[in-house]
Amino acid sequence: MTPAVKKTRTEPLPVDETTTFPKLLAELDRRYGDSRIAVQEKRYGIWQPFGWHQLHTRVRDFAHGLASLGIHPGEVVAVLGDNRPEWLISELAAQSLGACTVGIYPTSVGEEIVHVLTDGQVRVVVAEDQEQVDKIIELKDRLPGIEHVIYYDVRGLEMYDVPYLAEFTAVEAAGREWGEAHPGWLDEQIATGRAADVAVICTTSGTTGRPKLAMLSHANLLEMGRSMTELDPIGLEDRYLSFLPLAWIGEQMIAVACGLQMGFTLSFAEEAATQRADLRELGPNLMFSPPRIWEDMLSSIMVRVGEAGWAKRKTFAWGQAVGDRYAEKKLKGEKIGLGLRLQHRLADWMALRPVRDQLGLTRIDRGYTGGAPLGPDVFRFFHSIGVNLKQIYGQTEICGIAVMHTDDDIKFATVGKPCPGTDIRIADNGEILLRSKAVFHGYYGNEAATAETVDSEGWLHTGDAGYLDEHDHLVVIDRAKDVMEMPDGTRFSPAFIENKLKFSPYVEEAVVFWQDGSPDITAILTAEPSTVGAWAEHRRLGYTTYTDLVGKPEVRELLAEEVCRANEDLPESVRVRRFVLLHKQFDPDDDEITRTRKVRRRVINDRYAAIIDALVVGAPEVEIKSVVTYQDGSNVTRDTTLQIVSMDGFTPKEGGRRSLFGSDA
Amino acid sequence: MSRAYRHNLNGSTLQAGALQMEIKDITLRFGGVRALDGVAFNVAQGDIHAIIGPNGAGKTSLLNCISGLYRPQVGEILFHRGDGGVRNLVRTKPGAIARLGIARTFQNIELFRHMTVLENLMLGRHVHMHHRLAASFLYYGPAQRQEIRERELVEEVIDLLEIQSVRNRQVGALAYGFQKRVELGRALCMQPALLLLDEPMAGMNAEEKEDMARFVLDVNDLAGVTTVLIEHDMGVIMDISDRVSVLDFGRCIADGNPAEVGSDQTVRDAYLGQEAHA
Repeated sequence: MTPAVKKTRTEPLPVDETTTFPKLLAELDRRYGDSRIAVQEKRYGIWQPFGWHQLHTRVRDFAHGLASLGIHPGEVVAVLGDNRPEWLISELAAQSLGACTVGIYPTSVGEEIVHVLTDGQVRVVVAEDQEQVDKIIELKDRLPGIEHVIYYDVRGLEMYDVPYLAEFTAVEAAGREWGEAHPGWLDEQIATGRAADVAVICTTSGTTGRPKLAMLSHANLLEMGRSMTELDPIGLEDRYLSFLPLAWIGEQMIAVACGLQMGFTLSFAEEAATQRADLRELGPNLMFSPPRIWEDMLSSIMVRVGEAGWAKRKTFAWGQAVGDRYAEKKLKGEKIGLGLRLQHRLADWMALRPVRDQLGLTRIDRGYTGGAPLGPDVFRFFHSIGVNLKQIYGQTEICGIAVMHTDDDIKFATVGKPCPGTDIRIADNGEILLRSKAVFHGYYGNEAATAETVDSEGWLHTGDAGYLDEHDHLVVIDRAKDVMEMPDGTRFSPAFIENKLKFSPYVEEAVVFWQDGSPDITAILTAEPSTVGAWAEHRRLGYTTYTDLVGKPEVRELLAEEVCRANEDLPESVRVRRFVLLHKQFDPDDDEITRTRKVRRRVINDRYAAIIDALVVGAPEVEIKSVVTYQDGSNVTRDTTLQIVSMDGFTPKEGGRRSLFGSDA
Repeated sequence: MSRAYRHNLNGSTLQAGALQMEIKDITLRFGGVRALDGVAFNVAQGDIHAIIGPNGAGKTSLLNCISGLYRPQVGEILFHRGDGGVRNLVRTKPGAIARLGIARTFQNIELFRHMTVLENLMLGRHVHMHHRLAASFLYYGPAQRQEIRERELVEEVIDLLEIQSVRNRQVGALAYGFQKRVELGRALCMQPALLLLDEPMAGMNAEEKEDMARFVLDVNDLAGVTTVLIEHDMGVIMDISDRVSVLDFGRCIADGNPAEVGSDQTVRDAYLGQEAHA
């Protein structure tokens, strides 16, 4: 049972129009010194802590170091790497000088890196390790503006003889000397900082084209953090694991904007591979993740429940059903009878708490999801196992949060109400408009795009279609240009259908296609390799690669059953009629999805035009040529035949709804 | 605050390129079978030295002679130390050879399957740990402090080989590729002067091989540990080794850098066969 969230509210640090993050850091150092942990990173198997004073000292040294490299106010410093203390130090050091940082996703390659570094006119890049440094060295010919590359993980870089490389600690040491030669200089710089200065640049996710560089000021971020902490008592004692890229606004939002305002400890995971274990070890009570993470957690539970013995499976199914009834009544504000309360107590002890424990969510007070729509079913599932999951709606351009659920007002199909200080309006064409102090400063070096996004009255045009329901909750339909019109004139969201499909643990991604006015809806699906793989092993189906796996008729059958199940929950007019199980997964390296895992519809439309045409006309199969690019740059073209599965007349084997956890057919 | 490793994994203090091991006319007989027949070559400090040859050529036997598991009837193996000392390994017991800093991995994984990765690696430190019986029984105090000290080095090895995610898992339950890496890790934890790897990439798929080759290179590049390895995959050998010795029916038929050996006609006929021409 989620304990009714009672927690003493800690006051955020005072904020005015001169407040900047470096000033907050100085204040935290003054208040707590090294008596409280600012940042801890798991390294060598243990959490290695830094107190506020230690962090402050390193920030000052590095700021001096950057100054000695000639960084001046208004400049952009790029950071390329995983979440480490050095990321935060670089960011705060740049801000101390009146400069700002732009984060680059550590998985980015080639064109994306060139684009951000060129558009941001970056001279200094902080790169994590050999892998990231190699990327820059390889692209150096196309990046004449880069003057210094600073790295912090030295492994493998000792032998490099590249003049523009410098080690992070060496820059800090040089900075310390430079600082001694210029006493008081940095304090002056920090003092002249204003809240209206640009603090960070976040790249927009770029589902519709090249990512743009959105400038966010200290005031934007502080305002957003303030309105969030006003709604939810995020405080000094909160535990938070920062494992999503700091280049993403969502991570900046909690880790930096809330973290420095409230002074809670930031924890960084050891490795990408240990995130789950670290999460469980830390037991955070605050978590913000895009839907992908929650969906992954859901499928991992489903796989494990499916593999468990009969008794465990039954226990979980019962416990989850009780939890679901309990959560539904609780969220509707209905009175919960004694019987259900007792049952729930037992279910929580026997089934739900152990599952939360496996996920590392035993302490969680609040989980947030945002960045993309999360299917109501996934949402509901987490409430049924006692995780207080809430939707956040916002965009990079408004610091990530504008609308969210409050603890006592959660509805599965909505994203909640506007935060305090946020105005919302639905334009005549159905577009959601937002206005608050958190609306960004504009795109770096792209005033035309800025003018298109923010109008003269300060309204941010989100490009999303939505409406306010009878309780003033915002319902987001989809990207405005993706909203589909049904023959009877109703408007419907493809994302809604896609999320219904993605609720299946076997479906990784789903993209639906339609033509306005036609009831023929078709879809391209990709399978979730872990769950489908486990299913195949269970059935003793041998397979080699992903392509081989999804080519099996049994797997197509499995997915057809899942589509059938999703269809049952959809109105007759928007059911999926045909689908193709794609021979590959979507890959950010192929531009098919963004680094934050949002599908790029335009790329899919172009690349798979042949498949989409075949889906529309209802051909039995489609032959496509796929180009495989190897890491060394060589290309191979392959012919692949994909079967189109028609749902007309398809009846699932069991003749009805499959048990969600039923690998025991 | 630097992220550089604090411990040196290389147990040898010789200059890179200096003569580290001389194998002199080794002959090993099992009854009437000559497993090794007058094998001789030198290993230089800091090299990745590959030993190749067809099945039954005597590669593993040679490794066993170096690590003291077999005693050759003829010949000597001279091992040079940084302090100028020279030891003949043929007359030395396996335990003493291990203390000289010669560590090895096996063709078939020889780990303690029911112990965790961490425990297996800590075992690699045992040659450097000195317990008094009473202190060990007590644990708290000197024994604990020693264990913490040794754990620091072990953790750097875990970081180097990127096995953080399986640190506390039982070795027997791990994928084969991980087990191979753990075995390499245990050898490294000894801070070896010389690392003997018996087919570190056997039975791996292309991707796992690439990973393993990367780790062997890292160990050699970053720590400077001399590595003698047996391997069958010629692609890997040609890519990563500094020097190659070829055995055939117990005799050393070629010894040189990969390019020389690859173009040697005797070697081609004996081992590489037609495939190498393709």
